[in-house]
Amino acid sequence: MKTREFKRTQVITNLICIFFTVCAMLPFILLIAASFTDNDWATAYGFTFLPGKLSLDAYRYIATRWSTIGHAYLMTIVVTAVGTSASLFLSVLFAYGISRQDIPGMKIVSFLLIFTMLFNGGLVATYYCYTKIWHIKDTLWALIVPGFLMNAFNVILFRNYFVNSIPASLLEAARIDGAGEFRILAGIVLPLSKPILASVGLMTGLGYWNDWQNGLYYLTARGGSRYYTIQIVLNNISDDVRALAAAATSQSSVLSGSVKMPSTTIRMAIAVIGILPILVIYPFFQRYFVRGITLGGVKE
Amino acid sequence: MTAARKRSRIRRAWPFYLMVLPGLLYLLINNYMPMFGIIIAFKKMNYSKGIFGSDWAGLSNFRFLFGTKDAWSITRNTIGYNVVFFLVGTVLAITLAISMNEIASKKASKAYQTLILLPYLMSWVVIGYLVFAFLSAENGFFNKTLLPMFGLKSVSWYQDRTWWPLILVIVNTWKNIGYSMIIYYSSIVGISTDYYEAAQIDGATKWKQIRYITLPLLKPTVITLFILSVGQVFRSDFGLFYQVTKNSGPLYPVTRTIDVYVYQALMKNADYAMSGAASVYQSICGFVLIVAANAVVRKYQSSSALF
Repeated sequence: MKTREFKRTQVITNLICIFFTVCAMLPFILLIAASFTDNDWATAYGFTFLPGKLSLDAYRYIATRWSTIGHAYLMTIVVTAVGTSASLFLSVLFAYGISRQDIPGMKIVSFLLIFTMLFNGGLVATYYCYTKIWHIKDTLWALIVPGFLMNAFNVILFRNYFVNSIPASLLEAARIDGAGEFRILAGIVLPLSKPILASVGLMTGLGYWNDWQNGLYYLTARGGSRYYTIQIVLNNISDDVRALAAAATSQSSVLSGSVKMPSTTIRMAIAVIGILPILVIYPFFQRYFVRGITLGGVKE
Repeated sequence: MTAARKRSRIRRAWPFYLMVLPGLLYLLINNYMPMFGIIIAFKKMNYSKGIFGSDWAGLSNFRFLFGTKDAWSITRNTIGYNVVFFLVGTVLAITLAISMNEIASKKASKAYQTLILLPYLMSWVVIGYLVFAFLSAENGFFNKTLLPMFGLKSVSWYQDRTWWPLILVIVNTWKNIGYSMIIYYSSIVGISTDYYEAAQIDGATKWKQIRYITLPLLKPTVITLFILSVGQVFRSDFGLFYQVTKNSGPLYPVTRTIDVYVYQALMKNADYAMSGAASVYQSICGFVLIVAANAVVRKYQSSSALF
């Protein structure tokens, strides 16, 4: 009786999970299959899971245009690395500061942080301030500063971790030994906070890697194209696939015209190249992602 | 307090002030200055004259905005989608989380989780491409393979608004279900096994255990996520409604949300009056809702209140 119920439960629950897993995977399989499809075949028969004719033309074309794609890749990596480090730096300092609610004024500082989760000026006012006052348009700052640099959520995660998981006696002992607060933070608190640093760092890094909105708002085709990241390039060629050819001709006119663009499959190939790093590193960092979600999802 | 003690307290406090200073500056630049920037909505905005140089417009921008048909449709779309997303997402995520928890093979359950979370890590631009591979009018999997298989006619997906409410719900659920599943799963894992053991001794079936133990104990998590989404009900995921629809005009009646409207009015039409009014309308409604939702929860289940 018991085992029969156990078996039945296993069958049903596995079927449910398999259904959702397959649904999660199918679009990726279609995208990858489409990117390896022969361009003429795809134009005639469309994108399918089992293309009738395979080809590497789309990837070959990207290789000839590597100056554009490669540069965009480099920008993505720079923005992600600089942005994530700066973000962790600001957030950790701020969180350690407000972890001391006994210090006069820190309650107000915490309130100023929390209030940003409740109310914001909206896109129009934000856009106005960043362009009109800070002149961020068509600069590298545009990809790093607006929105992502520090958010209340991450700061609160750090603060809670510092308060709940780091023994206060340890910090007191260091203070008695005459260590300054900055040394305590760098030498004692941070080494004990590696798990949360990894989780928040990965989530922040993912945010920068995937961001296309700052580019959409603050970079213009004329002045900002040298800061285009891979997501922004993807966004541009989603509107018009010729953007890629145009961008490439302006940079390396030698190659233009020599290779015909596989205009149907090229989009799919670039999208594959854009998600490849995430697909590759994700399995290794999966547990940090999951921890990041469970930490952030339910309030402390 | 003597002067000497006060001085030593300040000496011990100043490193902390120094630590929060850069963050405070960032909050000022990124959050507080734009908050004051909402006066744009009350001005006859002239970009070259700046906020303070432009003339006051009173409430005329708002009167203008609410005089259009768009104001109603973007509000309905924003709120409507959020409600459906929450209902569908919660039911499916809980179903999935409960199933995940029952799976005996740890390896299998880990593999499922890893793969189901994958879409959550993708940007909306990439998801726009994934959807395009299915829906492209000329090359899409639906038009070229699936529909002909059943002898159905092609659909100009990006022109025909019939299916979009369904498509957007599916795409949004597809992307986010892994995230909510993990939140619910971690709550379920946290439930003491004592309850289930006691229930088994009493002869409760699996289904009864789920019905009378798991679901009631998930209630606080559902409530917390519910308040969070009530506070966000005037916000929409710009990427979903902009990238996945390819910002296609014919779809606007069922796909344009406040965020898309603001973007369009600001960036494409440089219309500060309309975009500013819509943007402020969104911020203020969102603020009122989040404070109200929190007040209600505070009264009935104070442990789930956010602040």
